[in-house]
Amino acid sequence: MATVLILGASSDMAIAIARKFAEEKYDVQLAARRTEEVSALQPDLSIRYNIRCTIHHFDAEAFSTHEDFYESLQPKPDVAITVFGYMNDNEKVIQDQKETLRTIFVNYAGAVSILNIIALDFATRKQGTIVGISSVAGERGRQSNYIYGSSKAGFTAYLSGLRNRMYREGVHVVTVLPGFVYTRMTEHLQLPPLLTAQPGDVAKAVWQAVRNKKNVIYVKWFWRWIMCIIRWIPEPIFKKKKL
Amino acid sequence: MMRKKIANWGNYPVMESDEKSFSFTDQLTKLLQENDSMIARGNGRCYGDASLAANTISTLKYDKILAFDTAKGIFECESGITLDKVLEVIVPQGWFLPVTPGTKFITVGGAIASDVHGKNHHVDGAFSNHVLEMDLMLYDGTIITCSPFLNTDLFQATCGGMGLTGVITRTKFDLKKIATSYIRQKKIKAGNLQEIIELFEEYKQYTYSVAWIDCLKKGKSFGRSILMLGEHAEMEDLNERQKNDPLALPKKKLITFPFNLPSWVLNEFSIKAFNFLFYNKNRSREVNNLVGYEPFFYPLDAILHWNRGYGKNGFVQYQFVLPLESKAGLAEILHRISDKGLGSFLAVLKVFGKQESLVSFPMEGYTLALDFPVRKGLFEFLDELDGVVLKYGGRLYLSKDARMKPEVFRGGYPHAGEFETIVKKFNPHFKFNSVQSDRLHITPQ
Repeated sequence: MATVLILGASSDMAIAIARKFAEEKYDVQLAARRTEEVSALQPDLSIRYNIRCTIHHFDAEAFSTHEDFYESLQPKPDVAITVFGYMNDNEKVIQDQKETLRTIFVNYAGAVSILNIIALDFATRKQGTIVGISSVAGERGRQSNYIYGSSKAGFTAYLSGLRNRMYREGVHVVTVLPGFVYTRMTEHLQLPPLLTAQPGDVAKAVWQAVRNKKNVIYVKWFWRWIMCIIRWIPEPIFKKKKL
Repeated sequence: MMRKKIANWGNYPVMESDEKSFSFTDQLTKLLQENDSMIARGNGRCYGDASLAANTISTLKYDKILAFDTAKGIFECESGITLDKVLEVIVPQGWFLPVTPGTKFITVGGAIASDVHGKNHHVDGAFSNHVLEMDLMLYDGTIITCSPFLNTDLFQATCGGMGLTGVITRTKFDLKKIATSYIRQKKIKAGNLQEIIELFEEYKQYTYSVAWIDCLKKGKSFGRSILMLGEHAEMEDLNERQKNDPLALPKKKLITFPFNLPSWVLNEFSIKAFNFLFYNKNRSREVNNLVGYEPFFYPLDAILHWNRGYGKNGFVQYQFVLPLESKAGLAEILHRISDKGLGSFLAVLKVFGKQESLVSFPMEGYTLALDFPVRKGLFEFLDELDGVVLKYGGRLYLSKDARMKPEVFRGGYPHAGEFETIVKKFNPHFKFNSVQSDRLHITPQ
């Protein structure tokens, strides 16, 4: 039986992805910072889908623990998905160095640190799929969200390089750029229904991308075109926009 | 803060609400500490205003299964899981819900808060009769366990208490053993009200019973009905194909009602025509067959958003119960409805068994439920009906209610005062309040 490792287990997206893979009969390893908080997912996934589910302590910012964390996983996963992320209001983030660094540490440094360890193991085993949940915010830096956006831009670039490097090892890498998603994090926002996905849509897209070895996926297809346009706006015009 | 328009199943009333969700218990604690006025809301399948408020907390993401004892048939879960998800897990293991209402799209928390009943009330009681214990989060974030033997006042005021004591977090309830997922169904036609009442009596040993009644028919066929009876089928009732997978889950084929029907579509003539077809669909007086549990328990769930059939003004479902000795009251109300010509597609009649409870709806007697599209003059008419219900010692179902007056609540529920005292004890600042609880003066406006 195949095993999926989900890094960051408390978000709506993570729960939906865990349930989707469990439904497809994967054993599930959930890694979270507050294991107590998410403990209810262990019986839930095991009973609903009749699979094995385990919960593991993982802190994206505690880089020095990543090696031991991965070492302790038994069995080693076949699919590893990073779902964790950190986003706060950009104005707060730029005025508080702790917040700036936290955004970079979680979204970029933390993700790269753990995925390097996993990728090396997958390369040795000549198998495995790595999924990184990045963000459309990383496609171009915008005044309203550029700390988060740049951390995700770095992560997207990392995933691209990793895919290239791992290709010859037989390891596949998927980059997911979800766009807007209805989650607890966004429920205070007025989101355009046509552009906004449900966590279940993201989960299904991730599952299909893993199965069909897709490289870069957007959950709602218009996002590919929206980001294409945003990338093409000339800088002299873009810098004057309030995006 | 984001306000969105929400309404329950009747699409009446509609209101703007700031809806927040939580997936884990710690997140709920935080929500309760950060807000001073709210009501918990499940899948919005109560009909009226019971789970409406300016601030609502959605339990739908709080839906984890915590334990399932497949030997003893005991299920433990968080309150936001819906019954259809519970069924998907328990039916293949040979278990069924002890009590289920006519839709599977309600949450377990909602089932307790409304203390729902099913077609087996006369045999198995209401949902609360099967709750072994539950945890509630009170206004200050503390969690307290209650059961029929522990913190009994809190337990009683929570069953049927419409969410006013706190937010149900964890529940443990017992299940019903089944050998197959099929139902042996018997349908019997009754020519009039007297006949259907006699049929209920004659077939009371059946586990499941409910009748569809034509509220518009006058004269000698006044109260013509179809009695629908059922038993969980045993292995020997199945054909060879069914025996291969006796606990099969039904295949999912759902139709969606795509838009609100214009309100003129439903009028006295179209409803009479519908009722005529429904009654005469089966030629013989009695039909016996084997059906899956879905068409038997949840016929309307197959049409998603069927409530749109009543148009954008919405509808109210009027459900009352009258004591067993008040057959005259039942006839009087039915006469008033047929005279007015305001009835609905389906009126549902059922005989309840005995139930001892604080504010739960069921009591031994006859319950009738019917839909009325919201239109001019309706509420005045329903106020008249309320008078008749009270006169005969009956009451209305809070889960369906969107308009009754506070005195109708107090007149119908003899333990209302005691209930309010317990609400005050556990919810002292009325942090939990809904449009309904304000309207009924259970919480101050």
